[in-house]
Amino acid sequence: MNKPPISPSSAIQLSHLNKVYGTQKVLCDLNIHIQSGEFVGIIGPNGSGKTTLLHLISGAVTPSEGEVHIMEQPLSSYSRKALSQQLAVLQQDGIPAISFPVHEVIRMGRYPFLDWLGRDRYAEVEELITLIMDRLELHALAERPVSELSGGQRQRVALGKVMAQQPAVLLLDEPTTYLDIRYQIQFMELVSRWQQEEGLTVIAVMHDLNLASLFCSRLLVLHEQNIVADGSPHDILTEEMVERVFGVQASATPHPDSGVPQILLKRKEEGK
Amino acid sequence: MSKKLAGYGLLCSIILLLTLLICVGTGPVSLPIGQIARILLRQIPILGQGISIDWSPSSEQIVLNVRLPRIVLGMLVGASLALAGAAFQGVLRNPLADPFTLGVSSGSSLGAAVLIFFGWQYSLIGALTLPAVAFFSGVITLWIVLWLAKEKGKIPTESLILSGVVMQSFLGAVVAFLTAMSKKTINEILYWTLGSLSLRGWSYTAILFPYVIVGLVVLWSYARRLNLLALGEREASHSGLDVERTKFIVLVVATLLTATAVSVSGVIGFVGLVVPHMIRMVTGPDYRLIVPLSAICGGIFMMWSDLAARMVLAPTEIPLGIITAFLGAPFFAYLLCRNKKQRMGVNS
Repeated sequence: MNKPPISPSSAIQLSHLNKVYGTQKVLCDLNIHIQSGEFVGIIGPNGSGKTTLLHLISGAVTPSEGEVHIMEQPLSSYSRKALSQQLAVLQQDGIPAISFPVHEVIRMGRYPFLDWLGRDRYAEVEELITLIMDRLELHALAERPVSELSGGQRQRVALGKVMAQQPAVLLLDEPTTYLDIRYQIQFMELVSRWQQEEGLTVIAVMHDLNLASLFCSRLLVLHEQNIVADGSPHDILTEEMVERVFGVQASATPHPDSGVPQILLKRKEEGK
Repeated sequence: MSKKLAGYGLLCSIILLLTLLICVGTGPVSLPIGQIARILLRQIPILGQGISIDWSPSSEQIVLNVRLPRIVLGMLVGASLALAGAAFQGVLRNPLADPFTLGVSSGSSLGAAVLIFFGWQYSLIGALTLPAVAFFSGVITLWIVLWLAKEKGKIPTESLILSGVVMQSFLGAVVAFLTAMSKKTINEILYWTLGSLSLRGWSYTAILFPYVIVGLVVLWSYARRLNLLALGEREASHSGLDVERTKFIVLVVATLLTATAVSVSGVIGFVGLVVPHMIRMVTGPDYRLIVPLSAICGGIFMMWSDLAARMVLAPTEIPLGIITAFLGAPFFAYLLCRNKKQRMGVNS
C-alpha cells in the first residue's frame, strides 16, 4: 500500500462511444476524459445508462462504436488478467452468499497477480492482506463464511477483495444501495481514505446525490443517452439541474461543515 | 491449505487401500487380506522378490485376473464420475449438477444401444468398438447441448441445464424405443443402461487410466479458477478470470471423463453428485481440496457399491446403477430440501 503517488495522467478516455441494444440507443456519442486520482461520481435518473457506462469501462459490455482507453491503452489490447491488474469493480450486490471464509475471498483479489503455480508476483502479499484486514476491521471475521455475514460486513469484504487487487482505477456501481446510513458513510469513508492515500482513480455510479456531493471531486450527469453536465458538485448540484434531469422540485443548501451543496427534496405544493 | 490437503489425502488414501483389499478378499471364495497384500506386493518388480509364495496358484488367478481388474476398473470409473461431478458443479455453480444433468451419459448410452441393437459391437475395431462409439456419441451430445445453450457467444447456466435435461429425455426415449424394438438383445441393452462392471478385463482399465490421470491434473490445475467462479461469472471476470475459456475447458474435460467412464461401465448415476458433496460437507468449498479428494473418494464409493452389487443377492448380480441410485436419489432429495431451507432462510 505504499506505491508512489501517480502523477496526473489520463486514467480513462472515452471517445465517440455509442451503445445500442437491438434498436434501442442507450448511450450516444459519449466523450469523457478522466485524470488519474479523480473521484468521479456519475449521477442521473434510472434508465439513463449509468450502469451500461460502467460496464463499457470495465469491459463487461463492448461498445457498438467508439473506443475506451484505460491508462492510455485501448481496452481491447488488454488481456482479461492484465485489465484486472489495472482496474477493479465493486458491484452493487457485492459478493454472493458463498461458504468461503472471509480471508479466502480477500485473497481471491490477488488472482490477476498469480503465476501458473499460484505464486504471487508481489513478495509481501501476507503483509498486504493483514493491512487490509486491519483497515477494514475484518480480523474478527477472518474465518467466518461470507454467507453468515450481514450486508454491511459483506460489502466490506467485497471492498477488501478489490483493495487486495491493488488497482489504479476503481469502479463502484451504486455501492451503498443495500446499506443503512451508518454503513453508507463508513463505506464511503473507507473508499475515500484509500483513494487519497494511493492516488487511486474512482468512478462511482451514485444514487444518493448528497453522498455524491460529500465525496466526489467531480460529477457527471447522464441524461437522455449523454452527459448533460460535468463539473464540481458546486456547479452541478443546483435546483435547476435537479428539476431538469430528475423532474423533481428541490432546494440546494450548503453543507454546514464543508459547504458542498446538499439537496433537500420539496413536496408538491398544496392544491396542485 | 496444503496441510489440510496432506491430512485428508493421507486419510482417504489409507481408506482406499483398505477398501481395495477388502473388496478383493470378498467373493464366492473368500481370501484373507494378508494373503492378498502379499500376492499384490509380489507383483512389484525387485521389491517383491523377497516375498515367498505360500498360496495356491488358483488364489493368485482369482486375485490378479478375476477380481482385481474389475475392482480397479470400478475405482477408475468412480474417480472419473466424481471428478466430472465436482467439475460440473463448479462450472454450473449448481449444487444439483451431475454428469447426467448435461445428458452426456445418455448420449454415450445411445451410441452403445445402437451398436448392440444392430449387433455391431465387435465390428470395426473389435472389443474397443463399444467404448469408442459411446465416447463419440457422448461428445456429440455435449456439442449439441452447448450449441443449444449458447446465446450470443455465451453459455448461460440456466439454459445449459435446460438443454441438458431436454437432450437427456429425448435420448433416453430413443434408447427405451430401441430396447422395446429389440427382441433377442433386450437384456443386453437394458443391462448396459443400468451399469455394470462385470466381465471387464484389464484392457478396459488401460483405456480409462490415462483419461483419469489427465482429467485429474487438468481439473486440479483449474481448482483456483473454479473457486473464483463461485463469486459469480461477472465478479470472477472482474477479478481477472477468462470465464468463457475456463467454462469451456472444464466442461470438455468433465465430459471426456464422463463419456469414457460410461463407455466402459454403462450408465452409473449419482456418483458425481454424492461424492463431491460429502467432501464439501467435511472440507468446505475449496476446489483445491474437492478435486483431488473427489477422485480418491469416488473410487472408494464405487468399490463399495460394486461389492454390494456382487454380494447382496449373490450369486445373482444387481446392476451397479441400481445400487448407486438407491444411495444417491435419497441424497439428492436431501440436498434439494437443504437448498430450499437455505433459500428460505436467506429470504426471511
